[in-house]
Amino acid sequence: MKYLGFCIIFLFFLMSCSSKEDDVYIPVAYNLEIPQLFADKLIPPVIPADNPLTIEGVALGKKLFFDRILSGIQTQSCAHCHKLQEAFSDRSQFSEGADGNLGSRNSMPLFNLAWNFEELFAWDGKEFGLENQVIEPIVNPIEMHGDLKEITKRLNEHDRYPDLFQLAFGTSKISGDLVAKAVAQFMRTIISANSKFDRYLLGEATLTAAEENGFNVFMSEEKGDCFHCHGSNNNPLWTDNQFHNNGLDETFTDLGLGAISGDPADNGKFRSPSLRNLTFTAPYMHDGRFSTLEEVINHYSEGLRFSETIDPLMKKVNDGGVGLSDQDKDDLKAFLLTLTDEEFINNPAFKN
Amino acid sequence: MKKPFYFFFFLLIVLSCKDETECCVNPTIAIKLKFTHHWDGVELSSSDFNEFKFRTANDDLISISRLRYLVSNVLFNNTIQSSSTIYSLIDIDENKTTLLVTGVPISKVNAFAFTFGFRDEDNLDGAYADLNSASFNVPEMLGGGYHYMQFDGKYKDSNNADANFNYHAIRAADITDPDNIILQDTSFEVDLGNIEITENTTIEIKMNVAEWFKNPNIWNLNELNTVLMPNFDAQILMNENGQSVFSLGKITSN
Ligand code: HEC
Ligand code: HEC
Repeated sequence: MKYLGFCIIFLFFLMSCSSKEDDVYIPVAYNLEIPQLFADKLIPPVIPADNPLTIEGVALGKKLFFDRILSGIQTQSCAHCHKLQEAFSDRSQFSEGADGNLGSRNSMPLFNLAWNFEELFAWDGKEFGLENQVIEPIVNPIEMHGDLKEITKRLNEHDRYPDLFQLAFGTSKISGDLVAKAVAQFMRTIISANSKFDRYLLGEATLTAAEENGFNVFMSEEKGDCFHCHGSNNNPLWTDNQFHNNGLDETFTDLGLGAISGDPADNGKFRSPSLRNLTFTAPYMHDGRFSTLEEVINHYSEGLRFSETIDPLMKKVNDGGVGLSDQDKDDLKAFLLTLTDEEFINNPAFKN
Repeated sequence: MKKPFYFFFFLLIVLSCKDETECCVNPTIAIKLKFTHHWDGVELSSSDFNEFKFRTANDDLISISRLRYLVSNVLFNNTIQSSSTIYSLIDIDENKTTLLVTGVPISKVNAFAFTFGFRDEDNLDGAYADLNSASFNVPEMLGGGYHYMQFDGKYKDSNNADANFNYHAIRAADITDPDNIILQDTSFEVDLGNIEITENTTIEIKMNVAEWFKNPNIWNLNELNTVLMPNFDAQILMNENGQSVFSLGKITSN
């Protein structure tokens, strides 16, 4: 019985050896290193079967991400609004598009995107899948304002890109679809998982008394109660990636998820952002209305505004919130800052 | 890169062959549990969410925005049908309302039961990646582990204004002395008696959401609304009211 098994395995080896010898170049699989805490605590990242990570694909995606060729008049790249030093977000409240127009939303930081399990991207979840989210800014008139036909033509006539696509995807015919795939591959490799708090959870760092109390405020249902939406030691993404109305406004100028779903019960709902790297991602909220963490904490503590769709987790709305003590506020901020990942913003793999 | 792949395929085939011979000595089937929801007989789905349309036994008018809960430890003939914990997070809004139980031995009459929440032995802090990813954890300061249920919504308070409730069921925790937390397992077994199962059976299990506010404890949302996780007594009340929320629905075969 055993012998038979070995024979068959051997046969398989032979078969796989003999075939494909003179085929096209096959890109090398990219080994996505999953951080220990993510591997321990979370389900696997989302890598679509039709777009596996390859070394060539990721490198190409990175080149495209930093290349102004993707914008209409070739003046801006993705990195214009997603800067590594700012955790791939933008310090401006509203980023300037290629034609100088301002949008109405704050640019989002880019990291751990492969762990957005439901794959709904943007503040309002309007894009399903990272591949779609790549094309959106390219063609958006107030962002890169490009024409996909024009841009793929440009790429096809470029002296390097056709070869790079050939290596990554086995074809030098560049399409919008392949551009999306390459950039999405690069973005899936952007991981941030080495903050002080991560090291604390791995037993490699200790928290100060203030940071520890701040974490307790975050986790306590009667105080911050942040963990119901923003992760915890057991969900190191520090977001649930779900849509909530966290009590910013009584009436909405931006309907958020409601404009996408068409359901008035979704008005004013936006996706909870990750609380990693807040040091680098100011200003805060979908419209960048708060420039400091103090303002954010004061909002949750006493600035809540009632509207019909406010999340039931927002307690004591009539009093503006639960009213944290000054000490608890300071400590909560100290804790939030332990989610800062300096290594991330200095990672050469993500530098242009 | 390709070769190890073939090898794995081969291994898979070998392994699956082995399974087959085992299965025929001791035949088992898969059973689907389907959880449905109603309010005292009126069907309830996510399309009924976010509207003030339900009245509790205490005459509080409520609207529901989130209802998800954990069922585990499914028992047929008093034995768990798998070495691993069988559990599922039921989430009405996300339309996750079924649980597939495999390895159920074929037999005509079966005592059938499951656990609402996690028994202490299964309620292991941070141990289940899918539940962590769904942010269903209970903070360590309350003993850790997982929520049994997260039921959020709004009620009209005595001034007829909207107010929030977070009916979160967890293992009861008395944290009066943080250095000496007292925990009490408040998960409970739901015994649905004898049922007949055959291949491709789907068992409907109905939750009457109104029961959470009714029986035996009339629930007054003006008093018990938020911050119920660290409220030991509230958890005991939830445990008592929970006993009557589930009932057996239709059993179908297809
Ligand atoms: C003009 C500024 C600007 C440019 C250029 C830009 N973005 Fe963005 N990006 C934004 C803004 C603003 C948002 C939030 C959009 C929203 O919610 O409507 C965003 C959101 C995203 C998101 C969603 C992140 C998440 O967690 O949901 C991704 C991914 C992204 N951008 C990738 C890119 C890529 C790739 C490019 C280049 C092809 C690019 N962006 C170019 C401003 C920009
Ligand atoms: C009900 C869910 C929920 C709870 C509870 C919650 N948040 Fe948020 N949080 C959100 C949502 C949704 C947003 C984005 C809102 C928007 O932009 O419109 C947000 C935004 C933030 C931001 C801005 C981040 C950025 O990059 O712009 C910070 C910081 C923050 N929350 C911290 C906290 C803290 C601290 C607590 C506890 C005191 C908390 N949140 C509780 C849902 C929640």
